[in-house]
Amino acid sequence: MSVTTLSSPVLAQRQPNWLVRLFDYKPFLIAMCLAPAIGLLAVFLTYPLGLGIWLAFTDTTIGQKGIFVGLDNFQYLLSDPLWWGAVSYSVIYTGIATFGKFALGFWLALLLNNHFPFKSLLRAIILLPWIVPTVLSALAFWWIYDPQFSIISYLLVDVLHWKSTNIDFLGSPWPARFSLIAANIWRGIPFVAISLLAGLQTISPSLYEAAMLDGASSWQRFRYITFPMMMPILAIVMTFSIIFTFTDFQLVYAITRGGPGNSTHLLATLAFQRGIAGGELGEGAAIAVSMIPFLVFATLFSYFGLARRKWQQGEAND
Amino acid sequence: MTDALAQPRVADTKAAPDTMAWDSGLRRLMMIYLPLGCFVLILLFPFYWMAITSFKPNAELMNYKEHNPFWITSPTLAHIKHLLFETAYPRWLWTTMLVAIGATTLSLIASTLAAYAIERLRFRGSPYVGLGIYLAYLVPPSILFIPLATVVVQFGLFDSPLALILVYPTFLVPFCTWLLIGYFKSIPYELEECALVDGATRLQILRRITLPLAVPGLISAGIFSFTLSWNEFIYALAFIQSGANKTVPVAILTELVTGDVYQWGALMAGSLLGSLPVAIFYSLFVDYYVSSLTGAVKE
Repeated sequence: MSVTTLSSPVLAQRQPNWLVRLFDYKPFLIAMCLAPAIGLLAVFLTYPLGLGIWLAFTDTTIGQKGIFVGLDNFQYLLSDPLWWGAVSYSVIYTGIATFGKFALGFWLALLLNNHFPFKSLLRAIILLPWIVPTVLSALAFWWIYDPQFSIISYLLVDVLHWKSTNIDFLGSPWPARFSLIAANIWRGIPFVAISLLAGLQTISPSLYEAAMLDGASSWQRFRYITFPMMMPILAIVMTFSIIFTFTDFQLVYAITRGGPGNSTHLLATLAFQRGIAGGELGEGAAIAVSMIPFLVFATLFSYFGLARRKWQQGEAND
Repeated sequence: MTDALAQPRVADTKAAPDTMAWDSGLRRLMMIYLPLGCFVLILLFPFYWMAITSFKPNAELMNYKEHNPFWITSPTLAHIKHLLFETAYPRWLWTTMLVAIGATTLSLIASTLAAYAIERLRFRGSPYVGLGIYLAYLVPPSILFIPLATVVVQFGLFDSPLALILVYPTFLVPFCTWLLIGYFKSIPYELEECALVDGATRLQILRRITLPLAVPGLISAGIFSFTLSWNEFIYALAFIQSGANKTVPVAILTELVTGDVYQWGALMAGSLLGSLPVAIFYSLFVDYYVSSLTGAVKE
């Protein structure tokens, strides 16, 4: 008697809520929670990645389904001076820009790590180049690099009288290449500086106190405390920076579009020119795929950076 | 792991190593303020140049002999007027806003759920799912845009802003998920256990306990996603053809750059107006930006 009276309200309460119970069933809930993210990434990231590799082995053009052609695209690329030009400029661009960004960014982070008034305001201002759309600041650089009305030329010629003629920033290959690298460094400094500043602030001041008591010079303190303590975060930030500098597109496309005379093509802009603008999807995909070995190298670099951090902290995992 | 949350507070309260105590004022000036001043000058100059160009009349813009290029003698709104009333600029702004808000909403929903499942529901293999999503962040758009263009065409979404809303989460979801995993980690698990004991369902716990506590993380992820979508270029360039559907960064470069004589005034005014929304957004949420930037790097 008492049992039936007890169970019936419970049943009445639970029966309509089967949906609630289903959502409280852990495996179902896990599947539901992961579905949107995994679904989006599978359809718009994993599938295109695979498709891209497949396209690289076909002769697909826009509007025409291609057939498998084996390594033809890659063989063609290997004999294409433009591709070699893009590879070497990509490597030079990444190398010099990364070095510049990290040297200047590390310096800026060390400067910001001091005490001075309006520090947080300054930190906010410094991130600005990184927040503003790259293409729009690239346009500003294009205008700064104008052959006739460049403000830099004006400064050097009319104000300081260091030179007698305007600098032709974008008209010939090497000046154009270095102008782009300068713009890339300008854009990359804030990210590097702010990330490294965060790392600097985690270094315990007691380490420096101990070193100062032992009579270490400021260079020694930097070399034996700051630098080793910053290694893990440097490795991660550098990996990100290398990956996104090597595959950069916006800056070059906005300022030179690969010119003059195709001398400033990066692999990404060359892939766009061949694949989308030229309609040779297969060949464009092959150029994009040829970036992958470099990226894998950078990712491994990151992995060992992380592994090293865990090893240093003596943690199995976190 | 805990320092991801502690970052914004740590930044201002913790004393920097007091290594300069013995230094004289002059040395401090030369070693710190002078280089800092140079950095700020160089980092900000392009924006100053952009702003001042957009208000200069063409006569001043092209004549450095009679007008000091660093200043304006007779400022004009002609370039901005031209932009707003003679081009489709308002339309581009609207499209960009729509795409950014759509992609941000979609990514936030997907990544909140994913981060909750990975960090709180804890199943076998959840670290691997997390690692997989992290690896997705390392795949740059430059590799994906060609095959994605064919996928977008297959889905019949070519030239539609909807394509961008669906594609942007590929780089937003990994970032947001990792940021939110860090935030969820910092919320004491005991709170959820208490709620479980009290008979709350998992979804109730997510809605009533975890999400309200993770609001700073959600704001960080949201504003960051908004900025990244606003700034995105290569997908918008590859997937959108018609002038009316373009986003601001693409439209300025492809629609305003015409012929051999560049309308620098209009171009710079367009860049300035296109940068303003994110700059304003940024000024309101600076600390969230800094914490999400540093938090994501350290995860």
